[in-house]
Amino acid sequence: MARKEPATSRIELLQGTLDFIILQALRWGPCHGYGLVQLIRSQSGNVLQVETGSLYPALQRLMEHDAITAEWGVSDMDRRVRVYRLTPAGRKRLAAERSRWEQLTQAIAGLMQPPAPEEA
Amino acid sequence: MSIFERLSEWLPWVRTRRGDELAEELRTHLAMAEADRVARGEQPADAAANARREFGNTALVRELSQDQWRGPGFWFERLSQDVRFALRMLRRSPVFTAVAVACLALGIGANAAVRSWTEGIVHHPFPGVREQDRLVAIAGTVKGSVEDDEMSWPDFIDLSHGTTAFDAFFVSKITGATLTGGDRAERLVGQLVTANYFDAIGVRPMLGRGFLPGEDVGRGAHPVTVISYRLWRDHFGSNPQIVGSTINYNSAPHTIVGVTPPEFLGTFVGYAMQFWVPASQQAVFDPSGYKLDDRSARWVEGFARLSPGISVSAGQAEVNVVARRLEAQFANDDRGRGVRIFPLDQNPFDNAKTLEPMLRVGSIVAGVLLVIVCANIANLLLVRALARGPELTVRHALGASRGRLIRQLVTEGVILAAIGTVAGLFVAYISRNTLGLFFAPRGGVNLVFGADYDWTVVGATVALGLGSTTLFALIPALHSTRADLAFALRAAAPGAIRGGQRGRLRAAIVLVQISLGVVLLIGSGLAIRSLRGLLRANPGFSSARVTTGGINLFVAGYDTARAHRFEDDLLRRVRAIERIGAAAFATNLPFSTRPYDNGPIAVDGYAPSRDERPTADYNAVTPGYFATLGIPLRVGRDFAASDADTSAPVAIVSRAMGERYWPNTSPIGRRLQLRGTWMRVVGIVSDIKYRSLTQPASMLFYVPLAQQRSTAVSLFFRPDGTNAVRVVPAVVAAIHEVDPNVSPYEFVTLREQIDRSTSGQQIMVTLLTLFGTVALCLAVLGLYGVISYVVSQSTRELGVRLALGATPSQLLALVVSSGLRLALTGVALGILTALVTTRLLGDLLFEVSPRDPVVFGSVIAVMIGASLASCLLPAWRASRLDPTRALRA
Repeated sequence: MARKEPATSRIELLQGTLDFIILQALRWGPCHGYGLVQLIRSQSGNVLQVETGSLYPALQRLMEHDAITAEWGVSDMDRRVRVYRLTPAGRKRLAAERSRWEQLTQAIAGLMQPPAPEEA
Repeated sequence: MSIFERLSEWLPWVRTRRGDELAEELRTHLAMAEADRVARGEQPADAAANARREFGNTALVRELSQDQWRGPGFWFERLSQDVRFALRMLRRSPVFTAVAVACLALGIGANAAVRSWTEGIVHHPFPGVREQDRLVAIAGTVKGSVEDDEMSWPDFIDLSHGTTAFDAFFVSKITGATLTGGDRAERLVGQLVTANYFDAIGVRPMLGRGFLPGEDVGRGAHPVTVISYRLWRDHFGSNPQIVGSTINYNSAPHTIVGVTPPEFLGTFVGYAMQFWVPASQQAVFDPSGYKLDDRSARWVEGFARLSPGISVSAGQAEVNVVARRLEAQFANDDRGRGVRIFPLDQNPFDNAKTLEPMLRVGSIVAGVLLVIVCANIANLLLVRALARGPELTVRHALGASRGRLIRQLVTEGVILAAIGTVAGLFVAYISRNTLGLFFAPRGGVNLVFGADYDWTVVGATVALGLGSTTLFALIPALHSTRADLAFALRAAAPGAIRGGQRGRLRAAIVLVQISLGVVLLIGSGLAIRSLRGLLRANPGFSSARVTTGGINLFVAGYDTARAHRFEDDLLRRVRAIERIGAAAFATNLPFSTRPYDNGPIAVDGYAPSRDERPTADYNAVTPGYFATLGIPLRVGRDFAASDADTSAPVAIVSRAMGERYWPNTSPIGRRLQLRGTWMRVVGIVSDIKYRSLTQPASMLFYVPLAQQRSTAVSLFFRPDGTNAVRVVPAVVAAIHEVDPNVSPYEFVTLREQIDRSTSGQQIMVTLLTLFGTVALCLAVLGLYGVISYVVSQSTRELGVRLALGATPSQLLALVVSSGLRLALTGVALGILTALVTTRLLGDLLFEVSPRDPVVFGSVIAVMIGASLASCLLPAWRASRLDPTRALRA
């Protein structure tokens, strides 16, 4: 299971973050498992490469929480694939998470700036 | 997830389908990844391999995904998976499973059995009877005597009418009857009861009815009887038309009006009652006649039920008030008389009290055994977990979470515990009636204990067994899964013969086993010595060959005059038998279930204090009795033919009685009164023990049988230098020569009579010996296991030693010494514990010190010897190691 990657290119994500990433990816339309891996990789500029051992458990988890649903369909290569899509509840959750992320990002961006000179 | 979907998860095919869908999904993912690689230009073979590598462990991915499924249906499936796996693992090591189950069965079974016997006899001694926790026994007391007495019928009836603290009173007095026929009379045991008996105890007869109000008074007016289920089954072939048939008790016909249900055994701990008759029939069963009108005739064994919410002391207070009133009202009969009530576990009428200390010891011993068993199980489980260390670490490496592995191991432990517990319950069930087996039949009647199981006790024991086994599975599970990967795979415990951390834990467990085993063995050794001492104790008469048998002429319809002639005739004939040295009659038999006759006495020259009512036991004997039994005559003379019923009444007193009432002078020539008759003392004999071997000297005196005729006597004879058994037929023949209709009860030697009375001690010895031996075996097995394991773990070290020049015998010595060190520590601990705890046995031991050096010494020797033996095999194996193989291990 453990693939020996150089430490720098392996970012350990919290479980909640992975869920967020998947929901975000599904925002642009329904997708199957393999497609999600590709989508996440390309959209993040090859930074985020989700392992199957994390992806599929996360998908099952999100289904248990009714954030996404799945149905069987046919891919463009005529393969039987299982396609996931967001539910309304999932959308709501995604919106909440997004705003949280944005808040977090702004906060950290603020920290990246040099502090304002103090008025004496 | 909708409710419908959740529920459908319980269906196995729904679960399988979800699994299959996931598998298919993963396969598709893999195929697509491979196809993409090929499209990017990789070689198909490389693409496949790389795709698979990138994908990872399919099985693991699937398992992790499925772990996310939350429904109870899945949880259940995971559980059943664990269970099936556990069962498979247990099947794979049958020896381990068998040993563990056997240990648990023994520990749990023994505990459940002994504890529920104890609770049963103490709290629910009468099967089938309702609300026993509120029942009390009612006995009479006499000022000046510590012994409890029985009450008289008029007193009891007055008591029952004079109180409000009780909601029912009844009498159930044990009695016997004879069914005659053939060479031997058959003895039945039953109870004389009040008419309300069955209603009061809440027992509804299976057939027919109980007794009607009023059927218990009127001399001989109501010859009816209720018989027991067993009597109905064994004697009457379960005849459904039994009601209305006749049965003869002591040659008096009685009509059967009912049959009791199978589980009801009467209200006497120790006997299974076979019949019940109303008190009006007393004259049929008691040779001294109908006593219901006599306030001074004390024979009633009464009981009452306290009303709800009333305590024993409150009941006693009310009873005392009534007793005081009766004492004042009937001063002649009741002076100095009181009434005392007892909760059932202190019932003075039956065997419950004698059993109680024995059962208490039994409980403690069973508890100790359970601890030893738990230690053994812990050891076994620990060994198993350690042996599976490599397997567990590989599984951990493959991705199994620690929680999963622990869950697995604990499930195995629980399954094992469950199997062992079921086996234990089975053991407890089949030992249900074995308590009765420990009691030899007395007077031809088998003692039976209605051991109704106390389910709360059983439940507690089961919970303890399950809980402890689970705990013992958990600890090794936590222990072994904590292992650091590489370290565990090297499977080399640090150090070798000395053990290391895991070795220390096991060694500690074995120490516990050995020390507890020592304690149990010491306990049983002390009990055995005590019993032997008891059996050898001198009762004061010659018991070895003197044989006795009861002859009940009352049953054959004799009156006292005719009985007189019979007895004289028979005695003459028996004495004439060639091989008989001496023979005599007496009305009382030592160490029998029936106590000696007892009566109020007055002594010339002795003034009792104001509230004292002197009483004494007495025995009516023929001349030659003392010689027959070997009781030394100290002063004066024996009875003679001249002491006939027309001569002056005489008596012979025992030494203790002589000293009590005539302290500084000789009793010879002094006078003594029994029930209005004054008699002159003509002799003094030595004291004897006749109630129990541990009794103090009692007030006992003798009167000539000619002056105190009875129709129920015991014949005593001493054969001259030959086996008593050979003489018995001649004696029986002599009896039949006098009257062919008279049959004696069984003949036993006095020695056997005494032995039968020590059955309580015998139980204790049996229990302790049994448990002690089991403990010894378990301790030895435990030690063997530890040493074997240590040797196997240190194979490499031993190989090194061999390579460096150690001889096999040196290795042997090394292993044996380490085992012996462990054993000696355990023995020392055990001795210390025993020194402290055997003091608790103190009052149960007869003439044996709780620190008896012989017992302690032999147990030490046995334990060390056994430990040595258990070390030898592994040590021998160690000495035979091939150094090259050992080094490579």
